Amino acid sequence: MSRIGNAFNNKKAFIAFLTAGDPDYETSLANFKAVIEAGADLIEVGIPFSDPIAEGPVIQEADIRALSSGMTTDKVFQLVKDLRKDYDLPIVFMTYANPVYHYGADKFFKNASEAGADGIIIPDCPFEERGEFEDSAAKYGMDFISMIAPTSEDRIKTIAAQAKGFIYVVSSLGVTGVRSSITTDLDSIIKLIKEATDTPAAIGFGISTPEQAATMSKKADGVIVGSAMVRIVAQYGKEAPAKLSEYVKSIKNAV
Amino acid sequence: MSEILENAVKGRFGEFGGQYIPETLMNEIHKLEAAYEHYKNDPEFVAELDKLNREYAGRPSLLYYASKMTRDLGGAKIYLKREDLNHTGSHKINNVLGQVLLAKKMGKTRVIAETGAGQHGVATATAAALMDMECEIFMGEEDTIRQSLNVYRMELLGAKVHAVKTGTKVLKDAVNEAMREWTSRVDDTLYVLGSVMGPHPFPTIVRDFQSVISKESRAQILEAEGKLPDVVIACVGGGSNAIGSFYEYIKDEEVKLIGCEAAGLGVDNPKNAATMANGSMGIFHGMKSLFCQDEYGQIAPVYSISAGLDYPGIGPEHAYLASIGRAQYVPITDEEAVRAFEYLSKTEGIIPAIESSHAVAHVMKIAPNMPKDSIIVCTISGRGDKDVAAIARYRGVEIYE
Repeated sequence: MSRIGNAFNNKKAFIAFLTAGDPDYETSLANFKAVIEAGADLIEVGIPFSDPIAEGPVIQEADIRALSSGMTTDKVFQLVKDLRKDYDLPIVFMTYANPVYHYGADKFFKNASEAGADGIIIPDCPFEERGEFEDSAAKYGMDFISMIAPTSEDRIKTIAAQAKGFIYVVSSLGVTGVRSSITTDLDSIIKLIKEATDTPAAIGFGISTPEQAATMSKKADGVIVGSAMVRIVAQYGKEAPAKLSEYVKSIKNAV
Repeated sequence: MSEILENAVKGRFGEFGGQYIPETLMNEIHKLEAAYEHYKNDPEFVAELDKLNREYAGRPSLLYYASKMTRDLGGAKIYLKREDLNHTGSHKINNVLGQVLLAKKMGKTRVIAETGAGQHGVATATAAALMDMECEIFMGEEDTIRQSLNVYRMELLGAKVHAVKTGTKVLKDAVNEAMREWTSRVDDTLYVLGSVMGPHPFPTIVRDFQSVISKESRAQILEAEGKLPDVVIACVGGGSNAIGSFYEYIKDEEVKLIGCEAAGLGVDNPKNAATMANGSMGIFHGMKSLFCQDEYGQIAPVYSISAGLDYPGIGPEHAYLASIGRAQYVPITDEEAVRAFEYLSKTEGIIPAIESSHAVAHVMKIAPNMPKDSIIVCTISGRGDKDVAAIARYRGVEIYE
């Protein structure tokens, strides 16, 4: 089992997302450290992209802040290397097809793996197109993480059966961002996943409050929080690490 | 060339194309593909669309022999395929009548679309009004300013227009926002894509609906001249009027196909949108194709005087036709396009869209050097009324619409 499995060992995993380089390299590194110290089980490191079509406004703005500060894919790899000096928790990248493809898939996964990352999530690369990246990822021991959406229906079992690392279950229609309520029948989706695989499933999109995290963690093996944390980064700037730490602890206690 | 057709069926044009979109949309896009495969061969659908094309859009569009322009340039005989005479004033109606009719057959009650210059938005709003569909249009904020008349036109037709304030606030960002909207509401909604881009099956669907242009022009030129043209020219942004203008000639290998892309202030100036000249391989907006981007794959801001060609990518079938050498793509600057805009207006009394003026500009370059018995067919993809105020401003005349 890869390092990713450790996040789910005998516990519900809390997966934390932040955009790398938001608002600048040093603050971003401090933010990731604060989140890890506060108890995140797995971190998702967003490689900023100019046109993130699966993101709502909060993460779109984070990507713009990061790119404006001069963040590049190579600097994101450096950030992971810096984190690896102190931490052994699983780390996965989250980015779009083009930054990986244009960098060169083989070179990307080689450098990503050397930096210490364990997997990748590419929301605009569905099951049908996974051949574009899956083999290069596997060659360097990185898991290509699959997503399952409320509209996946007959696709759920097929996707789940070949899933690696963990399965990212998209809670709702639409893009990332805080939601007041989640109405998808997630229990049925998780049930179908569990019939097809032992790979853990974590729910993301729209989770922001400890109450939501508690509800979702009862349904699945983990919860993913992104926009709510990115909002803290946007609001508090250099003071964000302390605020993130507080927030992560509140979610961690809930799951 | 049968290979081209075969590849299209699988959603790939050589290595270009594909379906790079979020999982949330995958079942919907498969449903769309299945519905299209069914209805394109359904006699009732075909007859209905044909009737709309004839009785509503005004097809077939004229193939006009531009005798004054021909005489003035002193070389090849120049024919203009007059898509500007279609209802709503551009070729965009060809595609939307097909797609909105398809949406209706699929049981959808709402359509959404992106627009650059506003031509596709206006066409979609028109078809939605005709077929009783709810309609929402996404348009970059910058484009809502430079094409404000079209915004009001869409609203007049009953559509809701969203000014997109994210990113570079132009066509690319309008596509991002329309895709985001589609992921939030698929059940009753079809995203009516306006160009031969995006994930499969859109490049194929849009191409098929637009190929009426070359189906007609090929028959019309054979009727008028008894032979095929030497050159077919059209402007290219995403590439829908160009692929429509080229498609029926692809198998006629002696016919040269030329697409004219927007070079803005020049291909060596950062302010351009010349994807073929400056782009590199990438995956974006659902497709693998050529894109203007930096070394890390960040999509580059692009610029053109034409809001309709102001796009950092190109449809996958064009990238394929270029890669096998079947079609050729040339950059045309703002200044060249504006001069062509003025030239066609004065010479033939036809005010072309600033997009189409890019194609006219290339005709002006090559026609004088071609023999008198050779033939150019140039597509005038839209009419230029929408551009008059912007061109006046370009020439230093302040006009208030």
